[in-house]
Amino acid sequence: MKDLSVKNLEMVYKVPKSTDVHALSDVSFDVPAGRLLTLLGPSGCGKTTLLNILAGFLAPTGGSVTLGGEPITGPSEDRGMVFQQGALFEWLSVEKNISFGPRMKKADKAATEANVEELLYTVGLGGFGDKQVYELSGGMQQRVALARCLANDPDVILMDEPLGALDALTREKMQGLILKLWKETGKTVILVTHSVEEALYLGDMLFVMAPRPGRIEKVYELPFAAQGLESDARELKASAEFIEKREEVLSLIWEMEEEIMGRN
Amino acid sequence: MATSGPNLGLGSAVATALETADNDRGFSLGGGLFNRGDDRKTVTFGDSAAVKSLPGWSVVSLIGMIALWFVSTRAWGLDDVWRTTGDSQQTFLANCDKDPACAGSYSQWLGYRKFPSPGDTWRGFRELSSEGFQNITLWQHTWSSLSRVLRGMFFGVLFGVPVGLAMGLSSAARGFFDTIVELLRPIPPFALIPLFILMFGIGDPPAVRLLIFASIWIMIIAARSGVRAANLSKVRAAYSLGATKWQVLTRVLIPNALPELFTGLRVALGVSWGTLVAAELVGARDGLGQMIFAARPFFRLDVVVVGIIVISVLGVLMDVFLRFLESILIPWRGKG
Repeated sequence: MKDLSVKNLEMVYKVPKSTDVHALSDVSFDVPAGRLLTLLGPSGCGKTTLLNILAGFLAPTGGSVTLGGEPITGPSEDRGMVFQQGALFEWLSVEKNISFGPRMKKADKAATEANVEELLYTVGLGGFGDKQVYELSGGMQQRVALARCLANDPDVILMDEPLGALDALTREKMQGLILKLWKETGKTVILVTHSVEEALYLGDMLFVMAPRPGRIEKVYELPFAAQGLESDARELKASAEFIEKREEVLSLIWEMEEEIMGRN
Repeated sequence: MATSGPNLGLGSAVATALETADNDRGFSLGGGLFNRGDDRKTVTFGDSAAVKSLPGWSVVSLIGMIALWFVSTRAWGLDDVWRTTGDSQQTFLANCDKDPACAGSYSQWLGYRKFPSPGDTWRGFRELSSEGFQNITLWQHTWSSLSRVLRGMFFGVLFGVPVGLAMGLSSAARGFFDTIVELLRPIPPFALIPLFILMFGIGDPPAVRLLIFASIWIMIIAARSGVRAANLSKVRAAYSLGATKWQVLTRVLIPNALPELFTGLRVALGVSWGTLVAAELVGARDGLGQMIFAARPFFRLDVVVVGIIVISVLGVLMDVFLRFLESILIPWRGKG
């Protein structure tokens, strides 16, 4: 497994006839292999920009990003991505969506088929392989997106608000699934979210980011992800310890939001 | 519905085609021939989703059209003067020229012959099917027209789609072809008929080339907007899954553009069909347009009407066929 390392990352967007936007300023951090990092912050703090740089979709204006010592220069199969809206291929069945990565590499067909079958059960979609993706609900589509990502066996899984479009109940179930997959696969996961509760519950590491310029304001090491695997999710989220952290992070973000409003 | 912003670039014709494609799915309320079906909606006036084409009324209008045709050509005694005199057409015209009274009523006679009755048309159809007009049967005319449209569309798609894809993929290609497309697209194909006849003669060569010209811009724009309609997340997901540029093109962008390509195909087919008949009026030895035009000097209005009906029915059949193909090839349309 490979460690992810970010050093002095800078991202400046040039805006015509206006001041430049500093989306990221001097961001440095390390994510050892197998951690689950959540990114939280008010809009405009550069968390999606950061994720896109890690995925290789954007080239930073300064600094470096390396995975296992190798610099990241573009998208690659060692970094899988899960988007807010599945970004599934409607013209392919569930099965063909999941096997997309291996098929692009012309991997062994029988092995891929067996792997897809196993993944379908892992994400709770056993027997849905022949369905068309547009026949599935939003939650099930995100399960397909997770399985499609896992089929490629990436080192890092990047998730851009993967549960943002789901209803509250489905969202809780999916949080459990993400924790389970993280535990079972031991992969590094970096997840961007708008929900404080989600960031605390899933993150075994949490970065609260601040805007203008986009930067990491505070780093938390959290126990809940590890506990969440054993105990009941609702109970955990209702515990005094969880609520205390939630209020702390919420007030931190509220302060930032008020500062932004005040400045405008 | 399935239509996203970039489709608007195709113009109102496409918007109409897309609208029909989406609305015509609404046959599922369990309604009858004259009954919309009960979906418990109380507000239907203004709710376009609640309005559908009742098949009963379609049958009524079809029967109504035929009945009006029958009554207006028979009931008021607009009978077949030429046939009742027992003269051949040539004899009649020759005699008529010598008789001032007849020459005076010549235009009136033309009026009598203005529109053939359903019976006349049926007889004309039978004659055209077996003996043909000027030794070419209706089916040979139809096939000539159809094969011209198919050949024109084939090359229109063959050249248009790659150019459209390139315009959606490369800024250089977009810049280069934008000038060409924007300058040539507004030219009505009809304006080129004289030029094409002088350049390519009479018959298939000018007709097919004209149809390529009619369909290529539509296919270019359809392919371009198909590529532009691709969700960025899908493309990025494919790259993250290890796809190469070629694989992104063939496995993601082209399948993703199929709905737009199909809409372009339907619009191009309609435009080609219309252009073809006009092109054949002046520059062909066979084909439905030529048949209609050649029948006029002989007052064979039954042939003209048969030609018009065949053109109309074939146009509908081709569109129905394409929609059927669409429902098989792009079942996800409108469900994304």
